[in-house]
Amino acid sequence: MTGANETEEFATDKRLTMGIDPYERNWMRLSVALLVGFFAVVVVAGFAMGIQVNGAESEVDPRNVTDSEPWATPGLREISDGVYEAYVVASAWTFSPRELEIPVGSKVTIYVTSVDLQHGFKITDTNVNFMVIPGQVSKLDYTFDTVGEFPYICHEYCGSGHASMFGTVNVVPQSSDEAAAPTDDDKTDDGADE
Amino acid sequence: MTLTEEPIEGGSVGTRRIDSGRDLTPDEKKFVGQHLIVAFAALMVGSFFGPLQSLEFGGLDLYPYLEPVIKSYYQGLTLHGVLNALVFTTIFITGFTTLTTIKALGRPLAKPKLNKFGFYTMIVGLVMAAIPILFNKATVLYTFYPPLKASWAFYLGLTLVVVGSWIEGYGFYFTLHAWRKDNPGVRSPLVALAPIINMAMWQIATLGIAVEILTMLLPWSVGLIDGTDPELARTYFWWTGHPLVYFWLLPAYTSWYAMLPKQVGGKLFSDSLARLSFWMFLIVSVPVGFHHQFTDPGVPQTWKFIHAMLTYSVFFPSMITAFTVIASLEYGARRNGGTGLVGWIRALPWKDPSVTAQLLAALLFVFGGIGGLTNASYSLNLVIHNTAWVPGHFHLTVATAVTLSFMGISYWMVPYITGKALYKPKLALVQAWTWFVGMIIFSNAMHVVGLLGAPRRTPLGSAPYVPEEWSGHLLRVSIGGTILFYSVYTFGYIMLRTALGPKIDPALVPTVPIAESMRSPQLTPLWLDRFKPWLIAAALLLVIAYGPQLVDQIWNMNLNSPGTDFTPW
Repeated sequence: MTGANETEEFATDKRLTMGIDPYERNWMRLSVALLVGFFAVVVVAGFAMGIQVNGAESEVDPRNVTDSEPWATPGLREISDGVYEAYVVASAWTFSPRELEIPVGSKVTIYVTSVDLQHGFKITDTNVNFMVIPGQVSKLDYTFDTVGEFPYICHEYCGSGHASMFGTVNVVPQSSDEAAAPTDDDKTDDGADE
Repeated sequence: MTLTEEPIEGGSVGTRRIDSGRDLTPDEKKFVGQHLIVAFAALMVGSFFGPLQSLEFGGLDLYPYLEPVIKSYYQGLTLHGVLNALVFTTIFITGFTTLTTIKALGRPLAKPKLNKFGFYTMIVGLVMAAIPILFNKATVLYTFYPPLKASWAFYLGLTLVVVGSWIEGYGFYFTLHAWRKDNPGVRSPLVALAPIINMAMWQIATLGIAVEILTMLLPWSVGLIDGTDPELARTYFWWTGHPLVYFWLLPAYTSWYAMLPKQVGGKLFSDSLARLSFWMFLIVSVPVGFHHQFTDPGVPQTWKFIHAMLTYSVFFPSMITAFTVIASLEYGARRNGGTGLVGWIRALPWKDPSVTAQLLAALLFVFGGIGGLTNASYSLNLVIHNTAWVPGHFHLTVATAVTLSFMGISYWMVPYITGKALYKPKLALVQAWTWFVGMIIFSNAMHVVGLLGAPRRTPLGSAPYVPEEWSGHLLRVSIGGTILFYSVYTFGYIMLRTALGPKIDPALVPTVPIAESMRSPQLTPLWLDRFKPWLIAAALLLVIAYGPQLVDQIWNMNLNSPGTDFTPW
């Protein structure tokens, strides 16, 4: 910037429509370019790499949803080899089941609903994160590639027990290829499916 | 870059002094002052709970000592959110807008009784909502998601606060309208126009919670209906919830654009772009609410994606703001002898606490903006949704860009309306800097621990799943929160001592800083000075962006969620 002594230049500067300084015009172009760039990244992540948020799945009646299957017996079920479904029911202030034991490498479709209040569901260190809302079913797919314990935590305030509302995904080595498993008492594929 | 001044041209239609010279009358000052007293009282009570929450994170839970009065962390959190984010902001903003409207238009309010009625409606609402919160009958946080059921008085009280703010908004609009009749062809002063655009945006924005409360929560809380549709309630809520943040922000923007330049000896760099950005906020603030519902089960991905795109468009007027405000500041700094590519920053009046507070607020807002882009980024939201990242983010936006700016504004506004000297300006400088430092520590720690997976709205000091890895960050939350506690109460003390101080020579009392624009506002195109095209655009965009999904959710409404048969808190 050179100061305030260029009145004449201003008066003759045809580029100044609406009084927009050429530098500011470029800044606005840059802003638009940034936004287009960011958006392209989001499109690539969402549609080329498949990192998607949950959508509208299905509706249930929270007053009697647990009277019938699959919600009457929540837990993990194997659909086909290495492909699982997990049903989790949230209520004040617990998840049912409180533990999901998943063989490493499994693709799991996770369904969660609430029978009373709004809750949240986030599996630590994963992209599984959604609201759990009475009357609605939340659904996401996730492939668990790392062995370990991953808490799933209620992240929406739901009353006095909110801070202790959590469960654990226990990703265990595949039972077939595991000679080195330190414990072998609970390594069956359907360990949490009760 | 060329910074140019130009002789007033295009003034054939009529020229106008930017500062009308008409001061607020003692009654008008008193009315603004009443707003500020209520706003600051809310801020002081609400902020009392901030350190209780942040110290709990570090393992020091002081809530048991408050047991006779405050029953839980969550009741404290409800008070913190409702009083700071809803009450302090709304009442400060209507008070500030009263001042800017009268001063910039150089005339009294067109219907002063209407504005008084609006103000008292807000006060009645505030008291009505505060009673159930204090008696632990509305521990539902400031989002009050059903089926958490608060006392009906809480919902009715909030409704009255909103309706009162509408009424005050009409009063401002009538005043602007009367001014325009008397000044045909003259561009409205930006300082008056921008906060009134904000009130218009607020009117559209609050339709969401108005419908939510009146058609669902209030009938349910008094037993007329048995249950709620929580997903529909969320859609109503976030119709209001996101533009709420712009309602807070635009008065701060008004100060940054059109007042702060005067305080640093500069001028507004571009009147037309300043107006453009306020109008853009009017049309794009509301149809973006689904980005708060990216992870909701009842909203299709298509609408989430469309709102992600629209949310990005809100970035544009903020980028304009960044350029114009910085250019205006640079112009002032160079007039004061500042030199160098960035060296001019030193020539800004850093000894003026009002300026320093606002500069620091704007600086931290850069990071708030970057975090906001992250939140808006669809799939990226999976990483941070409902984690401690989110309160970390909005403590940079509402609690710094907005609140620290409002503190800075107060440093000239309270002396102006009381005719007294600011108490200990150096202490006020310390206050601004401690807010800045405390917030950097607090907010950074919250962002980091959120990325690690810590949920928001949770007393992490006692949660069973918290790993050792988080503890250092949680301790930093405690430290930052404690510094902020010192800062906010120092602010309250300075305001109190200023108000209680002796009157000073009127010639020494600060005036309302209203910056001139480099080019005459008369050169700004007429379409940047008219409500009609922008209101039509806002309505159209709302119909397109919200219409189909909202109609679908209302059409398929299921009031089948009664909640718990016990009080869950």
